[in-house]
Amino acid sequence: MSLLQVSELRGGYGSGADILGGVSFRVDPAEIVVMIGPNGAGKSTAMKAVFGLMQVRGGRLTYKDQDITGLPPHRVVRHGICYVPQEHNVFPTLTVHENLQMGAFLRKDSPAREMERVYELFPPLKEKRRQEAGTLSGGQRQMVAMGRALMLDPGLLLLDEPTAGLSPKFMGMIFERIQEINALGIGILMVEQNAKQALGMCHRGYVLAQGHNRLEDTGANLLANREVAEMFLGG
Amino acid sequence: MTEILQLVIYGLVLGSIISLGAIGVSLIFGILRFAHFAHGDLMTLGAYFALVFYGTLELPMPVAFVVALALTAGVAVLLDKLLYRQLRRSSPVILLIASVGVALMVRSVIQMVWGTSNVVYDQGITMPYVVWGLRIKPDWLVILGGVAVLVTAVHIFLQHTTMGKAMRATADNMDLARISGIDTERVVMWTWILGAALAAAAGIFLGMDTRLHPVMGWRMLLPVFAAAILGGIGRPYGAIVGGLIIGFAQEFSTLVLPPSYKTAVAFAIMVIMLVVRPTGLFRGRS
Repeated sequence: MSLLQVSELRGGYGSGADILGGVSFRVDPAEIVVMIGPNGAGKSTAMKAVFGLMQVRGGRLTYKDQDITGLPPHRVVRHGICYVPQEHNVFPTLTVHENLQMGAFLRKDSPAREMERVYELFPPLKEKRRQEAGTLSGGQRQMVAMGRALMLDPGLLLLDEPTAGLSPKFMGMIFERIQEINALGIGILMVEQNAKQALGMCHRGYVLAQGHNRLEDTGANLLANREVAEMFLGG
Repeated sequence: MTEILQLVIYGLVLGSIISLGAIGVSLIFGILRFAHFAHGDLMTLGAYFALVFYGTLELPMPVAFVVALALTAGVAVLLDKLLYRQLRRSSPVILLIASVGVALMVRSVIQMVWGTSNVVYDQGITMPYVVWGLRIKPDWLVILGGVAVLVTAVHIFLQHTTMGKAMRATADNMDLARISGIDTERVVMWTWILGAALAAAAGIFLGMDTRLHPVMGWRMLLPVFAAAILGGIGRPYGAIVGGLIIGFAQEFSTLVLPPSYKTAVAFAIMVIMLVVRPTGLFRGRS
């Protein structure tokens, strides 16, 4: 059984034209899946569609065999899917600790265990737990954002360009953490610009172009693919 | 010297009343992104609700106070559900104009129910205490004590309760709040409850300090907005400081200007602030 199954997804923003012209992909349990593609291919849009952040006009979304097509974000979250947007992904005037607490808003029980887990994954956050998130560096903000999304102990984590704008040092660190999170049994779907590193660490990858599937294969095979190399890896 | 200190006391009383109103304006702007022009009339409404329970039904003032706050909060939540909520996706200007309409309606209802003349909570004159030549009305101690308690309560709510934190989170980034699973409609409801209750308290204190009449709150709107802008709109803590500054500025202006220019002073501060530093003293939203 797939964790997430997306078939023939069509849609766009509001009443605008379709950005996705029928995209299909899946994430199996505890799998890292990467979506790459040129600008405007609809990678981020496809991810937003999963989370109910855009207008789905056709196709079907299921999570653990339950239909989640067209659900609004606050209902999708309840199924166990958490989303980290590319930008504006922390609450700047809240402290690091409060940001994590907001991630646990839906929990009825104490989030102490998840909180501890996040601080273990991202030790710098523990030191800065009382600092406002808006004052942190880009890399640390990304840690807060991912930590926030882990507080509900999700089954699937959606990451929209988690390393955008980060220095190479932080980039490597974030990729390592993503693998550690995945090792906890959490499925990961991410959109990435740094195709080489992302394909190197993922189980499977999809190449999208102009709102359609272009290629689908294991990360290693895509890395070795000539078309992919020409398109994304600088020849 | 005594004259200056006396003005400090006047400023403190007026400023703390303005602060209560400004916290609400700031919170509502932070969450819903529009300037709530009916806030002054919620103050008036709260004052008249208290009059019903204290003056007419002769309940003790603390009881009348709490009931008036609850009723005003209820009216605000109702207004939101019936009107503002329908306009949530419109531009802020439309919400602003709608709130001007609400202001006029609330005021008209108050005039129809309670008439247009001045009313007071207590007949007769209470003698002020005189300390080192300073006149201090007993009511002022009640007002300052009440404001201190309310501001402390707001602080505890915002910093230490889940709903308070969710309110700050929603003001920071409503989309991210939704993504995190925060029920933003419930946050909006609590924002109205808090803002309107504080407005009612401000109205009651204003009525205790002076008298009740249907435009009492509307006349406070300008200083309240000036305070919210001064403090950095969307920043409730800034609003408290802003309120005190406006209160002091209005009272101290009487040293050099006729007292009828008090409101003009608040207006001048607001305009200067918008030109020089539109994000306010504490870097709110422009």
